[in-house]
Amino acid sequence: MIISAQKQLEEILRLIKNDPVFLIGCSECATMCKTGGEEEILIMKKNLEERNIVVTGCIILDPACNLQKSKILLKNVKDNLNKAKKLLVLSCGNGVQTVAEICENFDVVSGTNTLFLGEIKHANEFEKNCIMCGECILELFNGFCPVSRCPKHMLNGPCGGSKDGKCEVNSELDCVWHDIYMSYKKKNQIENFKTILEPKDWSKSLEFRRVV
Amino acid sequence: MKSGNLERTLSDGKFTVTAEIGPPKGCDINKFKSKAELLKGYATAFNVTDNQTAVVRLSSLAGSLFLFEMGLEPILQLTCRDRNRIALQSDILGASALGIRNVLCLTGDHQSFGNHPQSLGVYDLDSIQLIKILSDMRDKGIFQNKEEIPHGKPQLFIGAAANPFADPLECRVDRLEKKIDAGVDFIQTQSVFNIEKFQSWMDEVRSRHLDKKVHILAGITPLKSVKMTERMQFHVPGVDLPTEIADRMKKAEDPNIEGFNISLELIEKIKRISGVHGIHITALFWEKIIPSIVKESGLII
Repeated sequence: MIISAQKQLEEILRLIKNDPVFLIGCSECATMCKTGGEEEILIMKKNLEERNIVVTGCIILDPACNLQKSKILLKNVKDNLNKAKKLLVLSCGNGVQTVAEICENFDVVSGTNTLFLGEIKHANEFEKNCIMCGECILELFNGFCPVSRCPKHMLNGPCGGSKDGKCEVNSELDCVWHDIYMSYKKKNQIENFKTILEPKDWSKSLEFRRVV
Repeated sequence: MKSGNLERTLSDGKFTVTAEIGPPKGCDINKFKSKAELLKGYATAFNVTDNQTAVVRLSSLAGSLFLFEMGLEPILQLTCRDRNRIALQSDILGASALGIRNVLCLTGDHQSFGNHPQSLGVYDLDSIQLIKILSDMRDKGIFQNKEEIPHGKPQLFIGAAANPFADPLECRVDRLEKKIDAGVDFIQTQSVFNIEKFQSWMDEVRSRHLDKKVHILAGITPLKSVKMTERMQFHVPGVDLPTEIADRMKKAEDPNIEGFNISLELIEKIKRISGVHGIHITALFWEKIIPSIVKESGLII
């Protein structure tokens, strides 16, 4: 899932500048991580109206990153949409761009910061698990990804800063190499650790388009 | 001056001393040069750090060249944090052409610890991959992409770091072995304070005969003050500083003298550990103590 976080309200207000605004959320990732679902859109509407900003309407796209579906849904609300000058989009960065592509005559404001592709650990807790490198090698690490979960992308073992299973960069983060090594040990696969992995082919992470 | 003393001394089986000199945070090279002058003759080769702790300083290549021109043998530190495989290979060609042969391959301290925490870390390679690339450049005359180096391959003596104290402890000798398989010639360890842990790491190293395949230099860091001791104990990732040593520093009338004595005691113990080929002194902001340490521990070269 794409994990995003809402920008601070002060920043959103500064970006909107008292212009009439239409609010756009997303039914999928932004709903799951409580950034731009129905509940957050209604809270945002209330917050803006309390500050005398005109909210001309709102919609939850299903999902915001689907260009054709979003075109239809936005067409259905065009009367209220046209009363606005700004569109505040509470979705991931992709959703914001899809809306901008459809609504080219409006000023599109992103109300979120898109953080990472991650796992929902608990209801309100998310963790980065994939950086979409384009060349998945998870089978080499028993399902733990050092490319995305090690801040130094280390492919050949832990750096010298791993302590009590935690990462030196963030003590709340598990050292992924600690997890990999323990998993090798448990499965009697320590030999796997001894293989030197070649530098990664980062050109694979440069795909910009895929047509099926 | 001819480069290659470090390789020769270690190959001859002499207990070898290397020491670290940090380049200045600016262009004024005078202080760096006077530090170098002070240390000349007290170590076989001198590490020039590469933006250590991710703080911007004069480049390790420029610092190494200054040392080289003064007649000191440099060890060029090279981290994967700030440069991709193109820049790293290019710097190695440049260093070798300038006569700098010793290079220490590091992944690098993470940028979040430094003075530009907003920067993007590169980490195209890790230290083991860098070692492998450099040994292939030297031994096979090829770049990382397998293309032949057409106009002169580099002459290199390749080093790396090892941390016998970091978790998970049981993988630390495996990681050393990977560095050896990648083609490393010498190892400088993390500063040794916990001698028991270092000894058990060396026991495992010897049991796998790795001390016959690589030259190991044990890290020594003289403690200058109680404040520095506490910083090393609690805030420097990967350092294992036992409470007994911290207590000695706290109780000392003169922490300078106590820190100096602790270093000498550690060196004495390290000298007795079979398979250790020398020491690497990192005297953070206290380089002028290095000559006394070397003299007092009978390691004068």
